[in-house]
Amino acid sequence: MLAACGLASADELFSQIPAEARLQRPLALADGISEYEIVDYFKSLAAQNANGYASFLGAGVYNHYRPVVVDTVVSRGEFLTSYTPYQSEISQGTLMTIFEFQTMVCQLTGMDVANASMYDGSTAIPEAAMMAERITGRHKALVARSAHPEYREVLATYARNQGMQIEEFGFDRATGQIDFADLESRLDKETACVIIQSPNFFGIVEDAKKAAAMAHAAGALLVFTFTEAASLGILEPPRDADIVAGELQSFAISPSYGGPFAGIMAAKEKYVRQLPGRLVGESKDSEGNRAFCLTLATREQHIRREKATSNICTNQALIALMATVYMELYGKRGLRELAEQNLAKAHYLGSKVKPLFSGPYFNEFAAVPAKPVEEINAQLLEKKIIGGLPLAKFYPELGNAVLLCATEMTKRADMDALAEVMA
Amino acid sequence: MSYPETYRYTKEHEWVHLENGIATVGITDHAQSELGDIVYVDLPKPGATVQTGQSFGSVESVKAVSDIYAPVAGEVIAANDDLATAPEKLNEDPHGAAWLIRVKVADGTDLGNLMNAADYESYIGAEH
Amino acid sequence: MIRKVRQHLSQNESLIFERSSPGKIGYQLPDLDVPAVDAAAALGAASVRAEIEGFPEVSEVEVIRHFTRLSTWNYAIDLGMYPLGSCTMKYNPRINEAVARIEGLAWAHPYQPESLSQGAMEVIGRLEAALCEITGLDAVTLQPAAGAHGELTGILLVRAALEARGNPRKKILVPDSAHGTNPATAGIAGYSVQNVASNDQGMIDIEHLAGLVDDDVAALMVTNPNTLGVFESNIAQAAEILHSKGAMIYMDGANMNALVGVARPGDFGVDVMHINLHKTFSTPHGGGGPGGGPVAVAKHLEPYLPVPRLKRMKDALAWDFDRPGSIGKVKAFYGNFGVMVRALAYILAHGGPGLRNATVDAVLNANYIRHKLRDFFDLPYDRPNMHEVVFSDDRQAAKGVRTGDIAKRLIDYGFHPYTVSFPLIVHGALMIEPTETESKDELDLFIDAMISIAKEVDEQPETLKNAPHMTRTRRVDEVTAARKPILRWK
Repeated sequence: MLAACGLASADELFSQIPAEARLQRPLALADGISEYEIVDYFKSLAAQNANGYASFLGAGVYNHYRPVVVDTVVSRGEFLTSYTPYQSEISQGTLMTIFEFQTMVCQLTGMDVANASMYDGSTAIPEAAMMAERITGRHKALVARSAHPEYREVLATYARNQGMQIEEFGFDRATGQIDFADLESRLDKETACVIIQSPNFFGIVEDAKKAAAMAHAAGALLVFTFTEAASLGILEPPRDADIVAGELQSFAISPSYGGPFAGIMAAKEKYVRQLPGRLVGESKDSEGNRAFCLTLATREQHIRREKATSNICTNQALIALMATVYMELYGKRGLRELAEQNLAKAHYLGSKVKPLFSGPYFNEFAAVPAKPVEEINAQLLEKKIIGGLPLAKFYPELGNAVLLCATEMTKRADMDALAEVMA
Repeated sequence: MSYPETYRYTKEHEWVHLENGIATVGITDHAQSELGDIVYVDLPKPGATVQTGQSFGSVESVKAVSDIYAPVAGEVIAANDDLATAPEKLNEDPHGAAWLIRVKVADGTDLGNLMNAADYESYIGAEH
Repeated sequence: MIRKVRQHLSQNESLIFERSSPGKIGYQLPDLDVPAVDAAAALGAASVRAEIEGFPEVSEVEVIRHFTRLSTWNYAIDLGMYPLGSCTMKYNPRINEAVARIEGLAWAHPYQPESLSQGAMEVIGRLEAALCEITGLDAVTLQPAAGAHGELTGILLVRAALEARGNPRKKILVPDSAHGTNPATAGIAGYSVQNVASNDQGMIDIEHLAGLVDDDVAALMVTNPNTLGVFESNIAQAAEILHSKGAMIYMDGANMNALVGVARPGDFGVDVMHINLHKTFSTPHGGGGPGGGPVAVAKHLEPYLPVPRLKRMKDALAWDFDRPGSIGKVKAFYGNFGVMVRALAYILAHGGPGLRNATVDAVLNANYIRHKLRDFFDLPYDRPNMHEVVFSDDRQAAKGVRTGDIAKRLIDYGFHPYTVSFPLIVHGALMIEPTETESKDELDLFIDAMISIAKEVDEQPETLKNAPHMTRTRRVDEVTAARKPILRWK
């Protein structure tokens, strides 16, 4: 092949790189290793992580059962090793799965349109806030302090450089719900959107209808977010919101030390042209058969460049496919039963460990143990139980409180053991 | 398609027709043909003001967006709502039914620096 | 009801909603070991939904068949060559998938105690170190989720460093050959964009650049090799021009597959760059993600990297959140960890010498294609290329056949099309990136297909204008899709 290229040696392939820019030594990386050694190495690393522990951690990443069928589907090379479906004639498989994903996200959230996915819930929030800015022409976002702390941090990073002002409003210390008086006092003519999470970071269900009414009265939009998608199997969807931006990790996406997950972005029909990210639409091919394709691409970076709605390009297609398979397997009845089981488990735990807040909760809640939480959690580790998340790191005002989560995977015996240590 | 004698034309391929202080603005047949199938038209709402030479909206084909520039300054008194549901009209009748906006211009607005039909036709001929 | 309306091996497939019938289920849950709870009592009647309107009800086997049938409508690397320029569609080794699913890694919770996360943290530490060595830069963050996200992170780092000096500046320079994400990123980071022209060799025009760089310029975003597949041989000079005015050089690492083991951006003046794990380091594209967009920086930008940073203590790894100069978080938790595991497995499998060999093969393959096709397609920038080569459709356009038509016809020959009409500085571009994955046999098949198509242009151009002819789905009406968007099933 070198000869066909008129070259005498492989080094000549790089003659256009000036000598001083070339690496004159081998990379200081070990030689390649075999497949067996690779498996062995990663198994040894995995052994240094938690193995065989019961866990009460939630806080945005949930431990739900992952049906075997999900991996069967996403391991197919036709899904795993294809690119973004720009060539619709040979991408109908991916396009149809995304169309189903968009549809089910709408059904789940009560919105009219949804995109093909965002990186995750945390990055979907600033995208939603920027979208609200474009729609309203205003530059302030009010975000609930009871929304996920890391989501708020990501929002702050994005906002800082765009002249977007971020203000937090508080929560009621008795119920754990939005402090509506505080919210109302901060709404003004500069407010582009109000961002709330439900169930919120403390697992408490919020009154989205009231938040929407308050935001709309001030000419602002309501951005609704969620980290626990399983709650939407039983909770009224946020029909009054303008934009819904959340996280589907609960739907067959393993915790994987924090990613990759699948964010969603959905909205009212009239805002479709302000949505970031990819959209799949239905059409017909030249023989009149139903066919799907990427559409409304003029919103995106490869066409509008610096005026695009977002710079997002690669999203989370394969992870969104996991959630799609899960939603179809569980379906209408399964998601309901899943939600009921989560509710039952958490409320059993709540009967043993008194919740800190009085508001209604889904599958997690804050509680204050009798002894320092570090001491409690160390004691639990000895019983092979990972306790809840200490809240002081994110909420110093909550002191010794801990966030506890129970899902359909949580066993009664482990809850009894936890309650005993925490008492 | 012919270029009406009563219109004036810009280098950015907009046309303007001034009658009784009201300027009707559209894009030329040449522009629509370069863009191909138009799928979306973004126009200002009545009451907005436009400035000469400034972008006031955009037209989109499947894979391109083009800004539209105002040939005159003034207040928008009407936008062509039909284009929201039937953008294809812009391909079919760019000089007629598919006008974009009507602008109330200041007295004494002068279109003298714009091209007439003959000049515009030789301008687009030279572009090729 | 499924009807077989066209000839092919598998069935047509309807949308899942059309297969749904009430009462069918495809899931199993264990019996509750705690008392059931009345939802309306626990949550308030107004908070409880009646049902998820329209949600499907199907059995497990129907789900399996549905997705298996849909999968047969896709092209994929596993089926053949995927020469999409700038996308680096290389083979995705299955060992990477296997190790990413090991329970202790796949089920690690991001908030579990550090003492029980040492294995996961070691993956992150080792990948950061390997990427530092590969890029020749001093520190790496693995937090960004994809290339464009890495770009944003990188430009925010530039901004933070300039702000610390007293002035964030106003402009980012972007060559006219750049990916669309570059100007979009600059806009989102609060900068205006100024284009830099390419010279007649397809490279940054250094004189033009020198004239543009002033105290308002924060950085130049440059892809190297650029989107023509050409190494910007005066990159060091460009870096000098920028540095002399206090500005920085950001490298878009989308084309890093041409450089690994051969040249390091840190050695030719780059201050900050992103890497696409889903391109250079073989993590699967998955139909459009997930990705991984690590950002590598020179020492002077390290204080601004996102929190937390991994810290090696005496006998353990720890997360350091106390970084006062940090731009903050760009994503919750630590990044797309599952993607990092796969990329590290790729690096370990290849080792230093293997990574360099991959680069050599990728560049050789692209040059081979250039030599074999140069007599049939116009080469607007006729010079040695790196990992990809860009032709123009000028000769074919004379017969009314455009790059998009040639691409669609290529499908009939069993290949995925190349990248169409990009970069924008080439009229009717055909951008071809074979990667190191393809053998000479596969390359020759591709080359034969392209030559055959070039002949068809002369003999039967109409065949191309309606291509593809062999696919189950024919050309899709994208105009109607955009005019009357149907974005969900109803």
